[in-house]
Amino acid sequence: MYYQMLTAKIMVMTEKILTSGDITEIETVFQHFPLKSAACIEGLKIIQKNHRWVSDNAVKELAELLEMSPAAIDSVATYYSLIFRRPVGRHVILVCDSVSCWIMGYEDILNHLKSRLKISYGETTTDDRFTLLSICCLGTCDHAPAIMIDNDLHRDLAPDKLDAILENYQ
Amino acid sequence: MEKPLTQQIKYDGTWLTLKEYEQAGGYKALKKALKMKPAEITQIVMDSGLKGRGGAGFPTGKKWSTIDISGNAATIRYMVANADEMEPGSFKDRLLLEGNPHQLIEGIIIGAYAIQASFSYVFLRWAYHLAGKALTQSIQEAYDAGYLGKNIIGSGFSLDMSLHISVGRYMCGEETALLNALEGKRSNPRAKPPYPSNSGLFGKPTIVNNVETLSNVPHIINNGADWFIALSKTGEGGTKLYGASGRVKKPGLWELPLGISLRELLEEHAGGMADGYQFKGVLPGGGSTDFLLAEHLDVAMDYASVAKAGSRLGTGTIIVLDDKTCPVGMVHNLERFFAQESCGWCTPCREGLPWTAKILNALETGTGKAEDLNILEFHTHYMAPGNTFCALAPGAMEPLQSALKYFKADFEMHIHEHKCPWK
Repeated sequence: MYYQMLTAKIMVMTEKILTSGDITEIETVFQHFPLKSAACIEGLKIIQKNHRWVSDNAVKELAELLEMSPAAIDSVATYYSLIFRRPVGRHVILVCDSVSCWIMGYEDILNHLKSRLKISYGETTTDDRFTLLSICCLGTCDHAPAIMIDNDLHRDLAPDKLDAILENYQ
Repeated sequence: MEKPLTQQIKYDGTWLTLKEYEQAGGYKALKKALKMKPAEITQIVMDSGLKGRGGAGFPTGKKWSTIDISGNAATIRYMVANADEMEPGSFKDRLLLEGNPHQLIEGIIIGAYAIQASFSYVFLRWAYHLAGKALTQSIQEAYDAGYLGKNIIGSGFSLDMSLHISVGRYMCGEETALLNALEGKRSNPRAKPPYPSNSGLFGKPTIVNNVETLSNVPHIINNGADWFIALSKTGEGGTKLYGASGRVKKPGLWELPLGISLRELLEEHAGGMADGYQFKGVLPGGGSTDFLLAEHLDVAMDYASVAKAGSRLGTGTIIVLDDKTCPVGMVHNLERFFAQESCGWCTPCREGLPWTAKILNALETGTGKAEDLNILEFHTHYMAPGNTFCALAPGAMEPLQSALKYFKADFEMHIHEHKCPWK
């Protein structure tokens, strides 16, 4: 009895992360799969698209929706490199650090970004504008070095081209 | 020189619409295929010699023939296109996805008919946003035109298609790992057998083929197996998308007869080495292939010849090592990548790859010891094929084992000089 009251109270106190819009979107995905749990990755993608990242509470709510345990959801969420389990800035910079970009000098690009933004990999600028991450081969090796900002590919880069590019992302 | 895969591509950032694709002869092969028996299609593809263009080089027709299409018509089977191009140094499927998505879709439908699949997926990597747009629009066009859905152009054959956009991890390119990812799970590989043709997606018979492989299928159906074999220079069948990156004059991607020489690719198409750089070595087919040297430049870039030279054709996109780039540093970059991308499912890969990356880092920073070379050598055997669940770790050992063989003096210099001589 006490436990039920307590949980009821917690339920009232905790604001839900997933909006009804999120839930409808996730439920639509069920239809494509024979099992609800198969929508796990799609569900995480939808949450991230609408909320920028996936919080602990979002994991719990998705777990309820998909009839899975939060741990099972989190094992998937933490496995995939492009699901963000920590808050990210308004723009995410992905620096290709694979072999062709390495040969063509991606480290100069990375060092310029680090000193310009005063952050390292996995960090976000204090004004919440940029998060810096690495990504494996962007598949544009004939135009190395390359980075991706949000959904935009920037290729044939040199450190002196970066500042003007960053200006487009406020 | 015929270029069936790329001749229609506009190279202006737009892709062929359904109308443009049809005007260029698109979906004729599908109409022809739907009048044939499924087994006849598999036979033609088998006769054409078409091999998997994703890297492993398994004969496509043979793969399709492992699906049992007799018996219950209600059996669910899946056809999956692997568009998760993430092999370091590879950028060939991107062109086909962004330039001519209907060619792939037609290939998938024909393949699905051959194995009597009722559902198909395109498994696309997240970073290929333009390809995502192209496929979304093109799949819809195909539905609207009756090439997908129920009773395709009155043939009685029905097929649905769905685009799955992945969220990272190189492992997803391995076909059983890809199936786990499609099921919403971590992309750990599965034990084989059972092979996906018996128990694949959601436990149903499934075929997974690479984008370039499937894009060849409509042309084979239109023109026949003999035509396809004649396209190649050395008889293995077809053209190949070859690419070059690194310090060459003109990095790029070209559709050429399968079996042109490495020299022709490097010197004629990639324009030779960039000014001020000398050729030192090359990974012939992406990050997980063995190095080849100048003495191998006359090797034909086909499956058998590259294997005979001690490497693999892989994805056919070469990564060139020049004299001003440290071979140890290059292998370090590769092993760090593979260590990061290991799914952690089996011990040799999970523990061995970070160990090799750590040793290579020590060599690069001048703290390497003489016995380190033996430890690296040990790992190339420890993670050899058969010792791991999937091909990731054995693939990762290919550039390392060949670098130890060909560039041993460079490794030793790092130890004796207590620094990287290139820095």
